[in-house]
Amino acid sequence: MKHDSELRDVKGHRLIVRYTPNERTNHWITAITFVLLALSGLAMFHPSMAWLYAVFGGGQWTRILHPFVGCVMFISFMILALRFWHHNYLDKNDVQWMKQMNDVLTNREDRLPEIGKYNAGQKLLFFVMVASLVLLLVSGIVIWRRYFAFYFPITVIRLASVVHAATAFVLIVSIIVHIYAALWVKGSIGAMTRGTVTYGWARKHHPRWFREMIGK
Amino acid sequence: MALQSLDIKRLSATTVPQTQIREPVTGTVAKLIDVSKCIGCKACQTACMEWNDLRDDIGHTTGIYDNPRDLTEHSWTVMRFTEYENPKGDLEWLIRKDGCMHCEDPGCLKACPSPGAIIQYTNGIVDFHEENCIGCGYCITGCPFNIPRLSKEDHRVYKCTLCSDRVAVGQEPACVKTCPTGAIMFGTKVDMQQQAADRVEDLKERGFANAGLYDPAGVGGTHVMYVLHHADQPELYHGLAKDPHISPLVSIWKGVTKPLAMIGIALAAFAGFFHYTRVGPNEVSEEDELEAHREAEEVQRRREGGQERTDETR
Repeated sequence: MKHDSELRDVKGHRLIVRYTPNERTNHWITAITFVLLALSGLAMFHPSMAWLYAVFGGGQWTRILHPFVGCVMFISFMILALRFWHHNYLDKNDVQWMKQMNDVLTNREDRLPEIGKYNAGQKLLFFVMVASLVLLLVSGIVIWRRYFAFYFPITVIRLASVVHAATAFVLIVSIIVHIYAALWVKGSIGAMTRGTVTYGWARKHHPRWFREMIGK
Repeated sequence: MALQSLDIKRLSATTVPQTQIREPVTGTVAKLIDVSKCIGCKACQTACMEWNDLRDDIGHTTGIYDNPRDLTEHSWTVMRFTEYENPKGDLEWLIRKDGCMHCEDPGCLKACPSPGAIIQYTNGIVDFHEENCIGCGYCITGCPFNIPRLSKEDHRVYKCTLCSDRVAVGQEPACVKTCPTGAIMFGTKVDMQQQAADRVEDLKERGFANAGLYDPAGVGGTHVMYVLHHADQPELYHGLAKDPHISPLVSIWKGVTKPLAMIGIALAAFAGFFHYTRVGPNEVSEEDELEAHREAEEVQRRREGGQERTDETR
């Protein structure tokens, strides 16, 4: 990371690369497909969201597109998950972090144990997403009428329908938390749009990772 | 306006009450199929094809009388033939006209995610409006009788309409009109129940002690009912469900959990908004940046110092 010391933002703050261009593209393909899936899925989920059918060109098109977009998201997410897997192992510090949720929510990070590349919340979200995506793929294939549903007995299809809807709910709420965290912790969005964070950001939010990056 | 119906009890994927100021004064309608009078001539299948202008593909003989072998998007009713050897050792040929039962509590309508694709009229008929169908097949998942069939060509589901178009203008369904033995009858549900009661009494006198009416309470009753000689064993009639009801899995999937989940999603978004407006963002100060710089420079100095020392010792 020798070249990073040359990177500076417009205010002259030194920058660290947090995400490479490939990681960013991978993330945004996953994010865009997620939004398409959430909107088309919600259209079918509850009548109050049925107006969203129009966004996708009507009910038939929504029904046609949703599973194919789902396959793209699954593949994209799994590549992303493999890239980040080794950063997401939970340790003792993470348990302590979870116990101090009140300090987390009130911006008193100085009281928290030293965080590596990801904090416990991010790691937990990571594994919730991994589990959700697997469940959504499996249950989604079972209820995919056009190609697969006729291979399965009706009880399995009914169970898969419940699993698909329940898991989608968990994933949507998780992503709302994910998006809010990015808006709340200023400087995070730049990590995924430009690829970089300032030294100050890294030291404040991910001190252990910061020290690894500066070679301490 | 002319084609607008004021007789809608329920619409799929719709949360507000439907136009139902007109209540049928004679109550709901019902088709009564007296299995004990059926001779298996399939005139009803033909009448259904004719009236609805449907032609199924010519299939294959498989050694049994069922033809076509199953309901399809082109065959909305099919005679199911069962050879049953009763305890006395006699053969009974049980022939049941299969098709939509028009449940009072329709699982298809409950499961359907497309507004107005499935309609229950105030007269009890459950009808599909295929122009609104999105082809997801959720109605198949919801149906306790395995009735709706999804077309591979236009990706819409089809089933018996109970000739809603004929009934709307005061005529009986096509199958009823054509049945040569009078095994299929049509009228108000109360009349049909009375008709069935008389017939059940007849059958009991003639040795069918367990004769009865099939009008399953699990789905709120049906608007297609059977008179069965063995009402205690409906499974004999090609697996007719003994206690059909909407699967608990479908109820979980399509019950109160859905509005609750919508509220949950909204609450998650609101929680974020109010956290931001109460606690505020987590920002990096200029001081944080300076400290980070100092730490990085120190590390660099120490490393360069170490480098020099190793050079000297060399």
